[in-house]
Amino acid sequence: MKARQLRNHLTGYVFISPFIIGFLAFTFIPICASLVLSFTNYNLFSPPRWVGLDNFHNLFFRDTKYWKSVWVTLTYVLFAVPLRLIFALLIAMLLNVPFRGIFVYRTLIYLPSIIGGSVAVAIMWRNLFGDQGIINLGLIFLGFDPVRWFGNPAAALWMLILLAVWQFGSSMLIFLAGLKNIPVTYYEAASVDGAGPLRRFFRITLPLLSPVILFNLIMQTIAAFITFIPAYIITKGEGGPLDGTLLYPLYLFRKGFVFYHMGEASAMAWILLVVVALLTALLFATSKFWVYYESKGGA
Amino acid sequence: MLSKTARKAMLYHPLVTVFTILMLYPVIWLIMSSFKPSNLIFVTADSLIPEPWIWDNYAIGWEGIGGYTFGTFIQNTFVIVALATVGAVLSSAFIAFGFARLQFFGRSFWFAVMMATLMLPFEVVMVPQYILFSQLGWINTILPIVVPAWFGQAFFIFLIMQFIRTIPTELDEAAIIDGCGRFQLFARIILPLTMPALATATIFSFYWRWEDLLGPLLYLNRPKQYTVSLALKMFLDNETISNWGAMFAMSVVSLVPVVIVFFLAQKYIVEGISTSGLKA
Repeated sequence: MKARQLRNHLTGYVFISPFIIGFLAFTFIPICASLVLSFTNYNLFSPPRWVGLDNFHNLFFRDTKYWKSVWVTLTYVLFAVPLRLIFALLIAMLLNVPFRGIFVYRTLIYLPSIIGGSVAVAIMWRNLFGDQGIINLGLIFLGFDPVRWFGNPAAALWMLILLAVWQFGSSMLIFLAGLKNIPVTYYEAASVDGAGPLRRFFRITLPLLSPVILFNLIMQTIAAFITFIPAYIITKGEGGPLDGTLLYPLYLFRKGFVFYHMGEASAMAWILLVVVALLTALLFATSKFWVYYESKGGA
Repeated sequence: MLSKTARKAMLYHPLVTVFTILMLYPVIWLIMSSFKPSNLIFVTADSLIPEPWIWDNYAIGWEGIGGYTFGTFIQNTFVIVALATVGAVLSSAFIAFGFARLQFFGRSFWFAVMMATLMLPFEVVMVPQYILFSQLGWINTILPIVVPAWFGQAFFIFLIMQFIRTIPTELDEAAIIDGCGRFQLFARIILPLTMPALATATIFSFYWRWEDLLGPLLYLNRPKQYTVSLALKMFLDNETISNWGAMFAMSVVSLVPVVIVFFLAQKYIVEGISTSGLKA
Protein backbone atom coordinates (compact mmCIF):
# COMPACT_ATOMS: atom_id res chain seq x y z
CA MET A 1 0.00 0.00 0.00
CA LYS A 2 2.80 2.40 0.97
CA ALA A 3 4.73 1.66 -2.22
CA ARG A 4 1.63 2.23 -4.28
CA GLN A 5 1.02 5.62 -2.71
CA LEU A 6 4.62 6.60 -3.27
CA ARG A 7 4.26 5.63 -6.89
CA ASN A 8 1.20 7.85 -7.23
CA HIS A 9 3.11 10.83 -5.85
CA LEU A 10 5.98 10.08 -8.22
CA THR A 11 3.68 9.85 -11.24
CA GLY A 12 2.34 13.28 -10.35
CA TYR A 13 5.85 14.69 -10.27
CA VAL A 14 6.71 13.02 -13.57
CA PHE A 15 3.82 14.85 -15.20
CA ILE A 16 4.66 18.26 -13.80
CA SER A 17 8.43 17.76 -14.08
CA PRO A 18 8.76 19.75 -17.32
CA PHE A 19 7.27 22.73 -15.50
CA ILE A 20 9.54 22.32 -12.45
CA ILE A 21 12.68 21.94 -14.57
CA GLY A 22 11.74 24.87 -16.84
CA PHE A 23 10.79 27.03 -13.87
CA LEU A 24 14.08 26.37 -12.10
CA ALA A 25 16.27 26.72 -15.19
CA PHE A 26 14.64 29.64 -16.99
CA THR A 27 12.88 31.57 -14.22
CA PHE A 28 13.90 30.88 -10.63
CA ILE A 29 17.66 30.56 -11.02
CA PRO A 30 17.84 33.51 -13.46
CA ILE A 31 15.85 35.68 -11.02
CA CYS A 32 18.19 34.76 -8.15
CA ALA A 33 21.19 35.36 -10.40
CA SER A 34 19.81 38.72 -11.34
CA LEU A 35 19.49 39.68 -7.67
CA VAL A 36 23.19 38.90 -7.20
CA LEU A 37 24.10 40.71 -10.42
CA SER A 38 22.24 43.80 -9.29
CA PHE A 39 25.02 44.29 -6.69
CA THR A 40 27.77 44.03 -9.30
CA ASN A 41 29.27 45.86 -12.20
CA TYR A 42 29.02 43.56 -15.21
CA ASN A 43 29.35 44.21 -18.94
CA LEU A 44 29.16 40.59 -20.23
CA PHE A 45 32.82 40.60 -21.27
CA SER A 46 34.83 40.89 -18.04
CA PRO A 47 33.84 39.07 -14.83
CA PRO A 48 31.26 40.79 -12.56
CA ARG A 49 32.76 43.06 -9.86
CA TRP A 50 30.95 43.44 -6.52
CA VAL A 51 29.89 47.06 -5.96
CA GLY A 52 27.35 46.69 -3.15
CA LEU A 53 24.44 49.10 -3.44
CA ASP A 54 26.11 51.36 -6.03
CA ASN A 55 23.72 50.43 -8.83
CA PHE A 56 20.68 51.30 -6.75
CA HIS A 57 22.37 54.45 -5.52
CA ASN A 58 23.15 55.48 -9.09
CA LEU A 59 19.62 54.85 -10.28
CA PHE A 60 17.98 56.68 -7.39
CA PHE A 61 20.31 59.64 -6.92
CA ARG A 62 22.46 60.19 -10.01
CA ASP A 63 20.57 58.97 -13.05
CA THR A 64 18.00 61.66 -13.87
CA LYS A 65 16.79 59.56 -16.80
CA TYR A 66 15.74 56.83 -14.37
CA TRP A 67 13.19 59.01 -12.58
CA LYS A 68 12.10 60.42 -15.92
CA SER A 69 11.39 56.89 -17.14
CA VAL A 70 9.56 56.00 -13.90
CA TRP A 71 7.43 59.12 -14.27
CA VAL A 72 6.69 58.43 -17.95
CA THR A 73 5.72 54.83 -17.13
CA LEU A 74 3.41 55.85 -14.26
CA THR A 75 1.72 58.45 -16.47
CA TYR A 76 1.30 55.86 -19.18
CA VAL A 77 -0.18 53.24 -16.82
CA LEU A 78 -2.43 55.76 -15.06
CA PHE A 79 -4.05 56.90 -18.32
CA ALA A 80 -3.81 53.84 -20.59
CA VAL A 81 -5.28 51.27 -18.17
CA PRO A 82 -8.42 53.12 -16.98
CA LEU A 83 -9.16 54.48 -20.47
CA ARG A 84 -8.79 51.03 -21.99
CA LEU A 85 -11.05 49.45 -19.36
CA ILE A 86 -13.72 52.16 -19.63
CA PHE A 87 -13.74 51.82 -23.40
CA ALA A 88 -13.85 48.03 -23.14
CA LEU A 89 -16.81 48.15 -20.76
CA LEU A 90 -18.76 50.73 -22.80
CA ILE A 91 -18.33 48.82 -26.05
CA ALA A 92 -19.09 45.49 -24.33
CA MET A 93 -22.37 46.98 -23.10
CA LEU A 94 -23.08 48.35 -26.56
CA LEU A 95 -22.56 44.86 -28.01
CA ASN A 96 -24.52 43.07 -25.29
CA VAL A 97 -27.84 43.33 -27.15
CA PRO A 98 -29.91 40.59 -28.78
CA PHE A 99 -29.67 41.95 -32.33
CA ARG A 100 -28.63 39.84 -35.28
CA GLY A 101 -25.15 40.26 -36.70
CA ILE A 102 -23.58 41.39 -33.42
CA PHE A 103 -20.81 38.83 -33.80
CA VAL A 104 -19.63 40.60 -36.97
CA TYR A 105 -19.09 43.84 -35.04
CA ARG A 106 -17.48 41.94 -32.18
CA THR A 107 -15.03 40.26 -34.54
CA LEU A 108 -14.10 43.43 -36.41
CA ILE A 109 -13.75 45.55 -33.26
CA TYR A 110 -11.53 42.89 -31.76
CA LEU A 111 -9.27 42.76 -34.84
CA PRO A 112 -7.01 45.70 -33.79
CA SER A 113 -6.24 43.90 -30.53
CA ILE A 114 -5.03 40.74 -32.23
CA ILE A 115 -2.64 42.63 -34.53
CA GLY A 116 -1.93 45.45 -32.09
CA GLY A 117 1.23 44.03 -30.56
CA SER A 118 3.00 43.66 -33.88
CA VAL A 119 5.80 45.72 -35.34
CA ALA A 120 3.63 46.37 -38.41
CA VAL A 121 0.99 48.15 -36.35
CA ALA A 122 3.61 50.17 -34.47
CA ILE A 123 5.01 51.29 -37.82
CA MET A 124 1.49 52.16 -38.96
CA TRP A 125 0.81 54.12 -35.77
CA ARG A 126 4.06 56.04 -36.19
CA ASN A 127 2.93 57.17 -39.62
CA LEU A 128 -0.63 58.02 -38.65
CA PHE A 129 0.74 60.63 -36.26
CA GLY A 130 3.37 62.10 -38.61
CA ASP A 131 3.26 65.83 -39.33
CA GLN A 132 1.17 65.09 -42.44
CA GLY A 133 -0.48 61.95 -41.05
CA ILE A 134 -4.21 61.41 -41.05
CA ILE A 135 -4.55 62.27 -37.34
CA ASN A 136 -3.34 65.79 -38.03
CA LEU A 137 -5.47 65.99 -41.18
CA GLY A 138 -8.44 65.02 -39.02
CA LEU A 139 -7.57 67.66 -36.43
CA ILE A 140 -7.32 70.35 -39.13
CA PHE A 141 -10.60 69.16 -40.64
CA LEU A 142 -12.28 69.53 -37.23
CA GLY A 143 -10.83 73.03 -36.89
CA PHE A 144 -8.02 72.28 -34.43
CA ASP A 145 -4.33 73.08 -34.79
CA PRO A 146 -2.18 70.16 -35.93
CA VAL A 147 0.01 68.65 -33.18
CA ARG A 148 3.71 67.94 -33.61
CA TRP A 149 3.45 64.47 -32.08
CA PHE A 150 7.15 63.69 -32.42
CA GLY A 151 8.32 67.10 -31.24
CA ASN A 152 6.54 67.30 -27.91
CA PRO A 153 7.24 64.74 -25.12
CA ALA A 154 3.70 64.83 -23.70
CA ALA A 155 2.09 64.46 -27.11
CA ALA A 156 4.44 61.59 -27.97
CA LEU A 157 3.40 59.71 -24.84
CA TRP A 158 -0.25 60.21 -25.78
CA MET A 159 0.48 58.44 -29.07
CA LEU A 160 1.39 55.37 -27.02
CA ILE A 161 -1.59 55.76 -24.69
CA LEU A 162 -3.98 56.01 -27.65
CA LEU A 163 -2.41 52.91 -29.19
CA ALA A 164 -3.07 51.03 -25.94
CA VAL A 165 -6.65 52.28 -25.78
CA TRP A 166 -7.25 51.25 -29.40
CA GLN A 167 -6.51 47.66 -28.33
CA PHE A 168 -9.26 47.28 -25.74
CA GLY A 169 -10.50 44.08 -27.42
CA SER A 170 -9.53 41.32 -24.99
CA SER A 171 -10.85 43.23 -21.97
CA MET A 172 -14.02 43.85 -23.97
CA LEU A 173 -14.49 40.12 -24.62
CA ILE A 174 -14.00 39.33 -20.93
CA PHE A 175 -16.50 42.03 -19.95
CA LEU A 176 -18.93 40.72 -22.55
CA ALA A 177 -18.72 37.21 -21.07
CA GLY A 178 -19.29 38.73 -17.62
CA LEU A 179 -22.29 40.77 -18.77
CA LYS A 180 -23.91 37.69 -20.27
CA ASN A 181 -23.72 36.01 -16.85
CA ILE A 182 -25.89 38.67 -15.19
CA PRO A 183 -29.47 37.32 -15.10
CA VAL A 184 -31.89 39.46 -17.12
CA THR A 185 -34.44 39.04 -14.32
CA TYR A 186 -32.40 41.39 -12.10
CA TYR A 187 -32.80 44.21 -14.61
CA GLU A 188 -36.48 43.42 -15.12
CA ALA A 189 -37.13 43.46 -11.37
CA ALA A 190 -35.24 46.76 -11.02
CA SER A 191 -37.22 48.30 -13.90
CA VAL A 192 -40.48 47.26 -12.28
CA ASP A 193 -39.32 48.97 -9.09
CA GLY A 194 -38.73 52.14 -11.12
CA ALA A 195 -34.92 52.14 -11.44
CA GLY A 196 -33.64 54.08 -14.49
CA PRO A 197 -30.77 53.00 -16.75
CA LEU A 198 -28.09 54.84 -14.72
CA ARG A 199 -29.30 53.40 -11.46
CA ARG A 200 -29.44 49.91 -12.98
CA PHE A 201 -25.86 50.35 -14.21
CA PHE A 202 -24.50 51.45 -10.83
CA ARG A 203 -26.60 49.13 -8.67
CA ILE A 204 -26.63 45.94 -10.77
CA THR A 205 -24.09 45.93 -13.61
CA LEU A 206 -21.07 47.38 -11.79
CA PRO A 207 -21.34 45.33 -8.55
CA LEU A 208 -22.00 42.06 -10.38
CA LEU A 209 -19.18 42.77 -12.81
CA SER A 210 -16.69 43.82 -10.11
CA PRO A 211 -14.81 40.47 -9.96
CA VAL A 212 -14.27 40.70 -13.72
CA ILE A 213 -13.20 44.34 -13.37
CA LEU A 214 -10.64 43.33 -10.75
CA PHE A 215 -9.26 40.61 -13.02
CA ASN A 216 -9.02 42.96 -16.02
CA LEU A 217 -7.53 45.73 -13.89
CA ILE A 218 -4.72 43.50 -12.60
CA MET A 219 -3.91 41.90 -15.93
CA GLN A 220 -3.99 45.17 -17.86
CA THR A 221 -1.93 47.01 -15.25
CA ILE A 222 0.80 44.38 -15.50
CA ALA A 223 0.58 44.42 -19.30
CA ALA A 224 0.91 48.22 -19.30
CA PHE A 225 3.98 48.13 -17.05
CA ILE A 226 5.78 45.82 -19.45
CA THR A 227 4.84 47.52 -22.77
CA PHE A 228 7.89 47.36 -24.99
CA ILE A 229 7.29 47.05 -28.75
CA PRO A 230 5.25 50.26 -29.28
CA ALA A 231 7.73 52.45 -27.41
CA TYR A 232 10.67 50.73 -29.07
CA ILE A 233 9.34 51.00 -32.63
CA ILE A 234 7.46 54.29 -32.57
CA THR A 235 10.45 56.26 -31.32
CA LYS A 236 13.00 54.05 -33.09
CA GLY A 237 14.46 52.61 -29.90
CA GLU A 238 15.40 55.94 -28.35
CA GLY A 239 12.42 56.76 -26.15
CA GLY A 240 12.41 60.35 -27.42
CA PRO A 241 11.59 63.18 -27.79
CA LEU A 242 13.39 64.33 -24.61
CA ASP A 243 12.83 60.84 -23.11
CA GLY A 244 9.07 61.50 -23.26
CA THR A 245 8.34 57.89 -24.27
CA LEU A 246 11.15 56.22 -22.34
CA LEU A 247 8.94 53.53 -20.80
CA TYR A 248 10.60 51.51 -18.03
CA PRO A 249 11.07 48.29 -20.07
CA LEU A 250 12.62 50.30 -22.90
CA TYR A 251 15.08 51.96 -20.54
CA LEU A 252 15.87 48.56 -19.00
CA PHE A 253 16.52 47.17 -22.47
CA ARG A 254 18.78 50.12 -23.34
CA LYS A 255 20.72 49.81 -20.06
CA GLY A 256 21.31 46.12 -20.70
CA PHE A 257 21.67 45.71 -24.42
CA VAL A 258 22.72 49.13 -25.72
CA PHE A 259 25.07 50.22 -22.91
CA TYR A 260 25.83 46.71 -21.52
CA HIS A 261 25.29 47.80 -17.91
CA MET A 262 24.00 44.38 -16.91
CA GLY A 263 24.28 45.12 -13.19
CA GLU A 264 22.14 48.25 -13.37
CA ALA A 265 19.71 46.52 -15.73
CA SER A 266 19.33 43.70 -13.18
CA ALA A 267 18.71 46.23 -10.44
CA MET A 268 16.02 47.84 -12.61
CA ALA A 269 14.45 44.44 -13.27
CA TRP A 270 14.27 43.67 -9.56
CA ILE A 271 12.71 47.02 -8.76
CA LEU A 272 10.12 46.34 -11.48
CA LEU A 273 9.41 42.91 -10.03
CA VAL A 274 8.90 44.29 -6.51
CA VAL A 275 6.71 47.16 -7.72
CA VAL A 276 4.50 44.92 -9.85
CA ALA A 277 4.15 42.40 -6.99
CA LEU A 278 3.29 45.14 -4.47
CA LEU A 279 0.77 46.74 -6.82
CA THR A 280 -0.94 43.42 -7.47
CA ALA A 281 -1.09 42.74 -3.74
CA LEU A 282 -2.45 46.26 -3.15
CA LEU A 283 -5.18 45.81 -5.77
CA PHE A 284 -6.16 42.50 -4.18
CA ALA A 285 -6.17 44.11 -0.74
CA THR A 286 -8.47 46.95 -1.81
CA SER A 287 -10.71 44.50 -3.61
CA LYS A 288 -12.61 43.58 -0.44
CA PHE A 289 -13.98 47.11 -0.34
CA TRP A 290 -15.30 47.20 -3.87
CA VAL A 291 -15.48 43.69 -5.32
CA TYR A 292 -18.79 41.97 -4.76
CA TYR A 293 -18.97 38.19 -4.68
CA GLU A 294 -22.53 36.99 -5.02
CA SER A 295 -22.08 33.75 -3.10
CA LYS A 296 -20.87 35.63 0.00
CA GLY A 297 -23.05 38.71 -0.08
CA GLY A 298 -26.25 37.04 -1.22
CA ALA A 299 -28.45 38.70 -3.81
CA MET B 1 -45.65 50.87 -37.98
CA LEU B 2 -42.33 49.36 -36.97
CA SER B 3 -41.98 47.53 -33.70
CA LYS B 4 -39.92 49.15 -30.94
CA THR B 5 -37.09 46.62 -31.39
CA ALA B 6 -36.92 47.25 -35.14
CA ARG B 7 -36.72 51.01 -34.60
CA LYS B 8 -33.95 50.53 -32.05
CA ALA B 9 -32.07 48.32 -34.50
CA MET B 10 -32.35 51.00 -37.20
CA LEU B 11 -30.59 53.44 -34.89
CA TYR B 12 -28.19 50.84 -33.53
CA HIS B 13 -26.68 49.39 -36.69
CA PRO B 14 -25.55 52.66 -38.34
CA LEU B 15 -24.05 53.85 -35.05
CA VAL B 16 -22.05 50.67 -34.43
CA THR B 17 -21.05 50.41 -38.09
CA VAL B 18 -19.56 53.92 -38.02
CA PHE B 19 -17.68 53.06 -34.83
CA THR B 20 -16.36 49.81 -36.35
CA ILE B 21 -15.13 51.65 -39.45
CA LEU B 22 -13.38 54.26 -37.28
CA MET B 23 -11.68 51.44 -35.36
CA LEU B 24 -10.47 49.77 -38.55
CA TYR B 25 -9.66 52.95 -40.49
CA PRO B 26 -5.93 52.97 -39.60
CA VAL B 27 -5.54 49.41 -40.90
CA ILE B 28 -7.47 50.18 -44.08
CA TRP B 29 -5.32 53.29 -44.54
CA LEU B 30 -2.15 51.18 -44.16
CA ILE B 31 -3.33 48.66 -46.75
CA MET B 32 -4.40 51.28 -49.28
CA SER B 33 -1.21 53.32 -48.78
CA SER B 34 0.87 50.25 -49.61
CA PHE B 35 -0.49 50.50 -53.17
CA LYS B 36 0.45 54.18 -53.56
CA PRO B 37 3.78 55.45 -54.92
CA SER B 38 6.02 56.24 -51.92
CA ASN B 39 6.28 59.95 -52.76
CA LEU B 40 2.49 60.31 -52.80
CA ILE B 41 1.61 58.44 -49.57
CA PHE B 42 1.62 61.53 -47.39
CA VAL B 43 0.66 64.01 -50.09
CA THR B 44 -2.56 62.06 -50.62
CA ALA B 45 -2.98 60.82 -47.03
CA ASP B 46 -6.55 62.17 -46.99
CA SER B 47 -7.63 59.88 -49.83
CA LEU B 48 -7.96 56.14 -49.47
CA ILE B 49 -7.94 55.34 -53.19
CA PRO B 50 -4.43 54.92 -54.64
CA GLU B 51 -4.01 56.95 -57.82
CA PRO B 52 -2.24 55.36 -59.65
CA TRP B 53 -2.63 51.88 -58.15
CA ILE B 54 0.80 50.20 -58.19
CA TRP B 55 2.32 46.91 -56.98
CA ASP B 56 5.95 48.09 -57.07
CA ASN B 57 6.12 48.50 -53.28
CA TYR B 58 5.53 44.79 -52.85
CA ALA B 59 8.26 43.89 -55.36
CA ILE B 60 10.76 46.31 -53.77
CA GLY B 61 9.90 45.31 -50.21
CA TRP B 62 10.09 41.60 -50.97
CA GLU B 63 13.77 42.02 -51.93
CA GLY B 64 14.41 42.30 -48.19
CA ILE B 65 17.62 43.16 -46.38
CA GLY B 66 21.25 42.07 -46.63
CA GLY B 67 20.66 39.90 -49.69
CA TYR B 68 17.86 37.88 -48.11
CA THR B 69 14.27 38.20 -49.34
CA PHE B 70 11.14 38.39 -47.25
CA GLY B 71 10.56 34.77 -48.26
CA THR B 72 13.53 33.82 -46.04
CA PHE B 73 12.20 35.90 -43.14
CA ILE B 74 8.76 34.33 -43.40
CA GLN B 75 10.31 30.87 -43.49
CA ASN B 76 12.49 31.66 -40.45
CA THR B 77 9.46 32.89 -38.55
CA PHE B 78 7.42 29.81 -39.43
CA VAL B 79 10.19 27.50 -38.17
CA ILE B 80 10.26 29.30 -34.81
CA VAL B 81 6.46 29.47 -34.60
CA ALA B 82 6.08 25.76 -35.39
CA LEU B 83 8.79 24.46 -33.04
CA ALA B 84 7.79 26.72 -30.15
CA THR B 85 4.07 26.07 -30.57
CA VAL B 86 4.27 22.28 -30.77
CA GLY B 87 6.52 22.27 -27.72
CA ALA B 88 4.45 24.69 -25.69
CA VAL B 89 1.10 23.02 -26.40
CA LEU B 90 2.22 19.39 -25.87
CA SER B 91 4.24 20.06 -22.74
CA SER B 92 1.48 22.27 -21.31
CA ALA B 93 -1.11 19.53 -21.88
CA PHE B 94 1.13 16.98 -20.15
CA ILE B 95 1.67 19.28 -17.16
CA ALA B 96 -2.00 20.30 -17.05
CA PHE B 97 -3.02 16.65 -16.77
CA GLY B 98 -0.72 16.25 -13.78
CA PHE B 99 -2.19 19.27 -12.02
CA ALA B 100 -5.81 18.56 -12.90
CA ARG B 101 -6.03 14.80 -12.38
CA LEU B 102 -3.28 13.50 -10.10
CA GLN B 103 -3.03 13.79 -6.33
CA PHE B 104 0.49 14.24 -5.07
CA PHE B 105 2.38 15.83 -2.23
CA GLY B 106 3.12 19.53 -2.88
CA ARG B 107 0.61 19.89 -5.68
CA SER B 108 -0.96 23.10 -4.41
CA PHE B 109 2.48 24.60 -3.81
CA TRP B 110 3.58 24.03 -7.41
CA PHE B 111 0.22 25.18 -8.69
CA ALA B 112 0.65 28.46 -6.81
CA VAL B 113 4.16 28.81 -8.24
CA MET B 114 2.79 28.30 -11.73
CA MET B 115 0.06 30.90 -11.25
CA ALA B 116 2.68 33.33 -9.99
CA THR B 117 4.78 32.89 -13.14
CA LEU B 118 1.66 33.82 -15.08
CA MET B 119 2.07 37.37 -13.83
CA LEU B 120 5.84 37.53 -14.05
CA PRO B 121 7.05 40.23 -16.46
CA PHE B 122 9.49 38.81 -19.03
CA GLU B 123 11.73 41.86 -18.60
CA VAL B 124 12.61 40.60 -15.12
CA VAL B 125 14.31 37.45 -16.42
CA MET B 126 15.55 38.97 -19.67
CA VAL B 127 19.07 39.91 -18.53
CA PRO B 128 20.00 36.72 -16.63
CA GLN B 129 18.46 34.51 -19.35
CA TYR B 130 20.57 36.32 -21.92
CA ILE B 131 23.69 35.69 -19.85
CA LEU B 132 22.73 32.01 -19.43
CA PHE B 133 22.14 31.49 -23.14
CA SER B 134 25.29 33.32 -24.13
CA GLN B 135 27.28 31.08 -21.71
CA LEU B 136 25.69 28.08 -23.44
CA GLY B 137 26.78 29.46 -26.82
CA TRP B 138 23.18 29.77 -27.99
CA ILE B 139 23.44 33.35 -29.31
CA ASN B 140 22.60 33.52 -33.03
CA THR B 141 20.60 30.31 -32.82
CA ILE B 142 16.84 29.92 -32.35
CA LEU B 143 17.39 27.74 -29.25
CA PRO B 144 16.88 30.54 -26.66
CA ILE B 145 13.50 31.30 -28.23
CA VAL B 146 12.33 27.72 -28.84
CA VAL B 147 13.72 25.57 -26.01
CA PRO B 148 11.99 27.28 -23.03
CA ALA B 149 8.65 26.71 -24.78
CA TRP B 150 9.09 22.95 -24.37
CA PHE B 151 8.81 23.27 -20.57
CA GLY B 152 5.20 24.43 -20.56
CA GLN B 153 3.67 27.88 -20.65
CA ALA B 154 1.65 28.93 -17.61
CA PHE B 155 -1.24 30.44 -19.58
CA PHE B 156 -1.71 27.27 -21.60
CA ILE B 157 -1.35 24.97 -18.58
CA PHE B 158 -4.09 26.94 -16.85
CA LEU B 159 -6.31 27.00 -19.95
CA ILE B 160 -5.99 23.24 -20.56
CA MET B 161 -6.49 22.48 -16.83
CA GLN B 162 -9.77 24.39 -16.85
CA PHE B 163 -10.83 22.27 -19.80
CA ILE B 164 -9.74 18.92 -18.30
CA ARG B 165 -11.78 19.72 -15.18
CA THR B 166 -14.96 19.63 -17.30
CA ILE B 167 -14.26 16.02 -18.36
CA PRO B 168 -16.05 13.59 -16.00
CA THR B 169 -13.65 11.67 -13.72
CA GLU B 170 -15.76 8.52 -14.21
CA LEU B 171 -13.94 8.23 -17.51
CA ASP B 172 -10.59 8.05 -15.70
CA GLU B 173 -11.90 5.47 -13.24
CA ALA B 174 -13.29 3.26 -16.01
CA ALA B 175 -9.98 3.42 -17.87
CA ILE B 176 -8.00 2.56 -14.73
CA ILE B 177 -10.27 -0.43 -14.03
CA ASP B 178 -9.66 -1.57 -17.60
CA GLY B 179 -5.97 -1.64 -16.76
CA CYS B 180 -4.92 1.69 -18.29
CA GLY B 181 -1.85 3.33 -16.71
CA ARG B 182 -1.74 7.08 -16.06
CA PHE B 183 0.26 7.72 -19.20
CA GLN B 184 -2.12 5.76 -21.36
CA LEU B 185 -5.03 7.52 -19.71
CA PHE B 186 -3.45 10.85 -20.63
CA ALA B 187 -2.39 9.99 -24.16
CA ARG B 188 -5.36 7.86 -25.26
CA ILE B 189 -8.31 9.37 -23.43
CA ILE B 190 -7.74 12.85 -22.00
CA LEU B 191 -5.54 14.32 -24.73
CA PRO B 192 -7.97 13.65 -27.60
CA LEU B 193 -10.82 15.10 -25.52
CA THR B 194 -8.96 18.36 -24.86
CA MET B 195 -8.60 19.17 -28.57
CA PRO B 196 -10.62 22.41 -28.37
CA ALA B 197 -8.37 23.74 -25.60
CA LEU B 198 -5.27 22.62 -27.50
CA ALA B 199 -6.56 24.45 -30.57
CA THR B 200 -7.03 27.65 -28.57
CA ALA B 201 -3.53 27.34 -27.11
CA THR B 202 -2.07 26.69 -30.57
CA ILE B 203 -3.69 29.81 -31.99
CA PHE B 204 -2.46 32.05 -29.18
CA SER B 205 1.00 30.58 -29.36
CA PHE B 206 1.01 31.29 -33.09
CA TYR B 207 0.12 34.95 -32.44
CA TRP B 208 2.65 35.49 -29.70
CA ARG B 209 5.49 33.89 -31.61
CA TRP B 210 4.64 35.48 -34.93
CA GLU B 211 4.53 38.98 -33.42
CA ASP B 212 7.40 38.49 -30.96
CA LEU B 213 10.15 41.04 -31.41
CA LEU B 214 12.14 40.91 -28.17
CA GLY B 215 13.35 37.30 -28.58
CA PRO B 216 14.65 37.69 -32.14
CA LEU B 217 16.01 41.16 -31.32
CA LEU B 218 18.10 39.76 -28.47
CA TYR B 219 19.23 36.50 -29.98
CA LEU B 220 19.28 36.71 -33.78
CA ASN B 221 21.82 39.13 -35.24
CA ARG B 222 22.41 37.88 -38.78
CA PRO B 223 20.11 38.96 -41.64
CA LYS B 224 20.00 35.27 -42.68
CA GLN B 225 18.14 34.52 -39.41
CA TYR B 226 15.79 37.51 -39.22
CA THR B 227 12.14 36.95 -38.47
CA VAL B 228 9.43 39.05 -40.08
CA SER B 229 9.14 41.36 -37.05
CA LEU B 230 12.87 41.91 -36.87
CA ALA B 231 13.13 42.53 -40.63
CA LEU B 232 10.39 45.17 -40.38
CA LYS B 233 12.27 46.81 -37.53
CA MET B 234 15.38 46.93 -39.72
CA PHE B 235 13.32 48.45 -42.55
CA LEU B 236 12.27 51.16 -40.14
CA ASP B 237 15.89 51.84 -39.17
CA ASN B 238 16.70 52.58 -42.82
CA GLU B 239 13.51 54.60 -43.27
CA THR B 240 13.73 57.20 -46.04
CA ILE B 241 11.03 58.89 -48.07
CA SER B 242 11.76 56.54 -50.94
CA ASN B 243 10.95 53.29 -49.14
CA TRP B 244 7.85 54.15 -47.10
CA GLY B 245 5.78 52.27 -49.65
CA ALA B 246 7.96 49.14 -49.38
CA MET B 247 7.83 49.29 -45.59
CA PHE B 248 4.04 49.59 -45.65
CA ALA B 249 3.77 46.75 -48.16
CA MET B 250 5.82 44.38 -46.02
CA SER B 251 3.88 45.45 -42.92
CA VAL B 252 0.73 44.36 -44.73
CA VAL B 253 2.41 41.07 -45.74
CA SER B 254 3.34 40.44 -42.09
CA LEU B 255 -0.26 40.90 -41.02
CA VAL B 256 -1.78 38.58 -43.64
CA PRO B 257 -1.20 35.25 -41.80
CA VAL B 258 -2.40 36.79 -38.55
CA VAL B 259 -5.63 38.08 -40.06
CA ILE B 260 -6.32 34.82 -41.96
CA VAL B 261 -5.88 32.74 -38.79
CA PHE B 262 -8.02 35.25 -36.91
CA PHE B 263 -11.00 34.89 -39.25
CA LEU B 264 -10.68 31.09 -39.46
CA ALA B 265 -10.30 30.59 -35.72
CA GLN B 266 -12.15 33.46 -34.10
CA LYS B 267 -14.50 31.07 -32.30
CA TYR B 268 -11.54 29.57 -30.39
CA ILE B 269 -10.04 32.98 -29.74
CA VAL B 270 -13.22 34.42 -28.29
CA GLU B 271 -13.76 31.33 -26.12
CA GLY B 272 -10.15 31.30 -24.99
CA ILE B 273 -10.27 34.90 -23.85
CA SER B 274 -13.72 34.73 -22.32
CA THR B 275 -13.03 31.60 -20.27
CA SER B 276 -9.47 32.09 -19.09
CA GLY B 277 -8.64 35.72 -19.65
CA LEU B 278 -5.89 34.89 -22.12
CA LYS B 279 -4.81 38.05 -23.78
CA ALA B 280 -3.49 38.50 -27.24
